[in-house]
Amino acid sequence: MLIAILFSVPTLTIFTFVFQPATDTWQHLYDTVLTEYLTNSALLVMGVSIGSLTLGVSTAWLTSLCTFPGKKIFIWALLLPLAMPAYIIAYTYTGMFDFAGPVQTLLRELTGWGYGDYWFPEIRSLGGAITMLSLVLYPYVYLLARAAFLEQSVCVLEVSRSLGCGPWCSFYRVALPLARPAIVAGLSLALMETLADYGTVSYFGLGVFTTGIFRTWFGLGDETAAAKLAALLLLFVFTLVIIERGSRKQARYHHTSNKYSQLPEYQLTGLRAFTAMLICFLPVFLGFLLPGGQLAYWAGITFDEMVDASFIRLTMNSVLLAASAAILSLALALILAYGKRLMPQKSVLAAVRISGMGYAIPGTVIAVGIIIPFAWLDNTIDAFTREHFNISTGLLLSGTLVAVLFAYMVRFLAVSLQTVESGLGKIKYSMDDAARSLGYTPTETLRKIHMPLMKGTLLTSLLIVFVDVMKELPATLILRPFNFNTLAVRAFELASDERLADSASAAIMIVLAGLIPVILLSKSISTSRAGHVKATRSQ
Amino acid sequence: MKLKMLSIIAASLSVLAGSYAQASNEVNVYSARKEKLIKPLLDKFTAATGIKTNLVTAKADKLLTRLQNEGRNSPADLFITVDAGRLHRAREKGVLQAINSSTINSIVPSHLRDPDDQWVALSQRSRVIFYVKDRVKADELSSYEDLANPKWKKRICIRGSSNIYNQSLLASMIETNGEQAAEAWARGIVANMARPPKGGDRDQIKAAAAGQCDIAIANTYYYGTMLSNKKDPAQMAAANKVAIFWPNQSGRGAHVNVSGAGITRHAPNKENAIRLLAFLVSPESQKWYAEVNFEYPVTADAETSDMLKSWGAFKADNLNLSRLGANNVTAVKIMDRAGWR
Repeated sequence: MLIAILFSVPTLTIFTFVFQPATDTWQHLYDTVLTEYLTNSALLVMGVSIGSLTLGVSTAWLTSLCTFPGKKIFIWALLLPLAMPAYIIAYTYTGMFDFAGPVQTLLRELTGWGYGDYWFPEIRSLGGAITMLSLVLYPYVYLLARAAFLEQSVCVLEVSRSLGCGPWCSFYRVALPLARPAIVAGLSLALMETLADYGTVSYFGLGVFTTGIFRTWFGLGDETAAAKLAALLLLFVFTLVIIERGSRKQARYHHTSNKYSQLPEYQLTGLRAFTAMLICFLPVFLGFLLPGGQLAYWAGITFDEMVDASFIRLTMNSVLLAASAAILSLALALILAYGKRLMPQKSVLAAVRISGMGYAIPGTVIAVGIIIPFAWLDNTIDAFTREHFNISTGLLLSGTLVAVLFAYMVRFLAVSLQTVESGLGKIKYSMDDAARSLGYTPTETLRKIHMPLMKGTLLTSLLIVFVDVMKELPATLILRPFNFNTLAVRAFELASDERLADSASAAIMIVLAGLIPVILLSKSISTSRAGHVKATRSQ
Repeated sequence: MKLKMLSIIAASLSVLAGSYAQASNEVNVYSARKEKLIKPLLDKFTAATGIKTNLVTAKADKLLTRLQNEGRNSPADLFITVDAGRLHRAREKGVLQAINSSTINSIVPSHLRDPDDQWVALSQRSRVIFYVKDRVKADELSSYEDLANPKWKKRICIRGSSNIYNQSLLASMIETNGEQAAEAWARGIVANMARPPKGGDRDQIKAAAAGQCDIAIANTYYYGTMLSNKKDPAQMAAANKVAIFWPNQSGRGAHVNVSGAGITRHAPNKENAIRLLAFLVSPESQKWYAEVNFEYPVTADAETSDMLKSWGAFKADNLNLSRLGANNVTAVKIMDRAGWR
């Protein structure tokens, strides 16, 4: 509870602005651009939902319950787009497919067409933003859905088939509903990230909430109106969460049986196998290979100038930060989710909810929400010691890595929390009761019963936070100490200066550093399934 | 697992401790100029004086928020921005102090300094008109005001209104022509746009070269980096298709903005900060801005680069830059009303 409250501080700091009286700016926004922000954000959310669900669920199902050539590779390859920062993919696609880019230029040279003579999808549009975000965010849905499919007890699937259900029917009527909490958890991560995205939408010139918040805060210099916008954004998220919970009603999604064995996989052949391969290949190609190839090409041109000794230091910084953040946030999420399970009172639930909201708030807003209380604390301590001991303590926390890590927790705790909760939710309460009645303390139950059962889920959480922190930008940028840089900072500084080719080396390094854990973890996620070969050995 | 966790935490703490070690002979910089465009100068300064420099880069507004909240314990000595509007805002928030350096005042002309000496410009960048040589003749162009003329309908490329350079340009028009005229102008520009605004300054030049529009509005240094980009022939080719036009030469002159700096109110190393400032406006540094990033010097007589010389001399608007900051909010509101996205 205390932890939850602590990590709610930045969110709540932002909220305090909301209660200040409305300014002229608010009226101005209402009169001019607010409707546009609302419509665009809603369309963006809807589009990304459809996109990431289609890509994520279909590939998760294919790779967990069907066999087809290349499946082993697709299992981890499908995660690769996760390592691609959204703004980077936006830059590369624009570089390739924009009116002035090589593809359209070639087309004009071949056909002799000029501007306005032909139709070509406009990359920098709402549709383009939906495509870009879906391509890099579907892995959230894929990861969690796949973990859920794999954790499903084989019995329910066998029962469904013995009752006359074909593969499609057992997918729609049994597996999908059972995996729903996990799919929803994945989707809500994707959507929160969508709502918090700034890089892509601002580059595409779209008026949505995030661009609006920034413009109001920094262009119009009005914190109150900006915070009101941020609050409206949160309301948006809350509504989504509540709608989902409402539609789930009282249904619980525990596994009714604990009997696991190797899942019976559908053997696909011929055209079906080909279609399955194509379905899995497309997102990997569009979300990773194509933009990755463009980056590699750019990096090839510029790396001699861009890669130097400081580059290794940058990589070290990034990896170290990401790893500590991933572990820390998993530990906190376990405490929170477990606390919620042990004491499901309203106040605890609410505290956990709020601390998980940070993910939908743009990183910059979080950063500001951290600077204010941290600096206040530091200055208060300093004033106190000056007065009583005549010593100045200076700034203890502001401008240190502690502040940076704290920001990551605020922003990414939701990720760990969602994953851990959906994992815990699948374990029946009777397991807890049994363990407790056999004399385990709650902590022991967690460590010896729940954690081994949820190994796949826990690794998933580590992986997502790690990759997210590798990509994280705004909070790192503003909170970091002197002379401290990360790969994301380097890549962004060059890219935002419109030096895309120069930024490619750092961007590729982010992707590569993200790759290693992706591959390692996807391996252990698939082998961590209860009933998998490894488990039979131990019996 | 536990051990690994501990070692990682220990490692991050050691990085932390490193950032604490503070020597006295140093100067701390919060910079909105990107690392690539300031670090080399800081290194030169260190080499020349032995004063260590510490750097954090981020967007100006965010650094300003940090500065404000850190208050009297802020480690920052120098605050560097890439536009005058933010310097003005920093001054309004009371985080700067008067520089009072006769050396600097003798180098930098007064319209490029704050009236109360709270900040000083380091380099100038002009926002000008680029035209496609095949389709537009230079004598068809005259001023920024003229771009709102219906004869340019569907022919102009310009980036979005969230961009500070557009906000500053409009702020300068509010100052010279008044708010009403500025709003009419903004509406005219929106009507003349060839496409909804998107991308950065280079994108506008590229779109013009590719035939999407005939006129692009962009900052001079982007044009310079495109022209000199030997590694990307497509960018060079695009830049070669357009030519630079200096607007309002018979009137107030072309709109300029600056990259500038101020000394923070609670600067712990004020003397060093002044020395660094003086170094940043010295002829050596001025030449560096011109050569590396094609920015114009703040002094008329400073040595520049061949590229800048090839663009010819021009008359710059010598409106006091603090006015850009003062009119910024009005400019953003006008753009919202005019439907300039």
